[in-house]
Amino acid sequence: MAKVVFTPNIQRHVALPEAEASGHTVRDVLETVFADNPQARGYVLDDQSGLRKHMTIFVDGRMIRDRARLTDAVGESSTVYVFQALSGG
Amino acid sequence: MSDTLLVSTRKGLFTVARKARQWEITAVEFLGDNVTLALSDRRDGRRYAALDHGHFGVKLHRSTANRWEEIAAPTYPPKPDGYEEHDMWGRPLNWSTARVWALEAGGRDEPGVIWCGTLPGGLFRSGDGGQSWAMIRSLWDHPKRKQWMGGGADLPGIHSICVDPRNSRRVWIAVSTGGIWFTEDGGANWTLRGEGMRAEYAPPGQTHDPIAQDVHCLAQCPAAPQRMWVQHHNGIFISSDEGKTFTEITGVEPSAFGFPVVVHPREPDTAWFVPEIKDEKRIPREGKLVVTRTRDGGKTFDVLTKGLPQTHAYDVVYRHALVLDEGGERLAFGSTTGGLWVSEDQGDSWTCVTHTLPPVYAVRFA
Repeated sequence: MAKVVFTPNIQRHVALPEAEASGHTVRDVLETVFADNPQARGYVLDDQSGLRKHMTIFVDGRMIRDRARLTDAVGESSTVYVFQALSGG
Repeated sequence: MSDTLLVSTRKGLFTVARKARQWEITAVEFLGDNVTLALSDRRDGRRYAALDHGHFGVKLHRSTANRWEEIAAPTYPPKPDGYEEHDMWGRPLNWSTARVWALEAGGRDEPGVIWCGTLPGGLFRSGDGGQSWAMIRSLWDHPKRKQWMGGGADLPGIHSICVDPRNSRRVWIAVSTGGIWFTEDGGANWTLRGEGMRAEYAPPGQTHDPIAQDVHCLAQCPAAPQRMWVQHHNGIFISSDEGKTFTEITGVEPSAFGFPVVVHPREPDTAWFVPEIKDEKRIPREGKLVVTRTRDGGKTFDVLTKGLPQTHAYDVVYRHALVLDEGGERLAFGSTTGGLWVSEDQGDSWTCVTHTLPPVYAVRFA
């Protein structure tokens, strides 16, 4: 299972502790986490279920490419970091 | 008369209350967060606050008996597969709430109904006090909705919502930029209103097109709902037929440019404005912060200055930041430079509550 780590700054608004989640894509992994924490979904994803404009995700040190569908691959031992992009100011 | 104000600012929600001697800040909530708008629902005492967390999106919170909880935020429906829509800049338009720009209670006969206007142009209705929201698809899917453009922001948005006190199914909204829209069946069908408004920024031939009008704020007189006032991008307009037609008020000094307008609850000819130098500068003329008031339907205006700074004042008052209480006596406004003023005599004199708030986006009486 992949390890998922969320930015500390999001914790002020909604609890999103580090988690282990199954899935082959970023979408799978995030939906697994949000299934247990539905309130958190809207803090990371927009109304169309794409990554919010000023958020970014790294999988094993690489920034994902598909921000709309979140199809970037995730391995069994991957680490997924969900962070703010500096573009948000 | 109301003794309490809710002041939404860039860095929190401030409650300001009238004490024995003066108005004071009595509570600060969401400190550090961007509170863009608040609503106090007189029907049930609940309060609502819209927060924009930037990276983390737009959220709504509701207070019942002084305890805040996050509730559902309006959410746009999934964009159909293969459907493409672009904003006025040619960029893909994201069907996602970018800002809550209007929050209004429904009629007295429909407890729990809340209307919410957003950027990029979605109108939402809740029937359960914000626990859930339904987009008004009839308006979003209206073919002319795609002619809306950015005005106060890059994206078009609904900033004014007026519910007819005689019939809650009759609702007017105003769009920047997209004119005034009206439904008489609770939102099932919409018609464009606002003949007579003039957009001096539009190309020749389109200046009087109702959909080209950049309405900054729409206000309706509760006791005489046929009377509507508009503070527009390039002027002040008045309607005596429920917004079907408007007449421009000309010769307004020091300026006809501004953002807010409020109308007296029982006197439809009495309204207040906060003028600024149009349009490229957006500061008070000559550094003098003033409120203007008409009592005769716009024939004449009083320029109200007592208690307001008359040198080097560069306060801008946004469209939701001037309010009048239900009694029609008390006014309050907040500014982009953190000032908050209250009047208890219809604007004849003003008291500065503070000039050190964060930038003020909205002021409401609770």
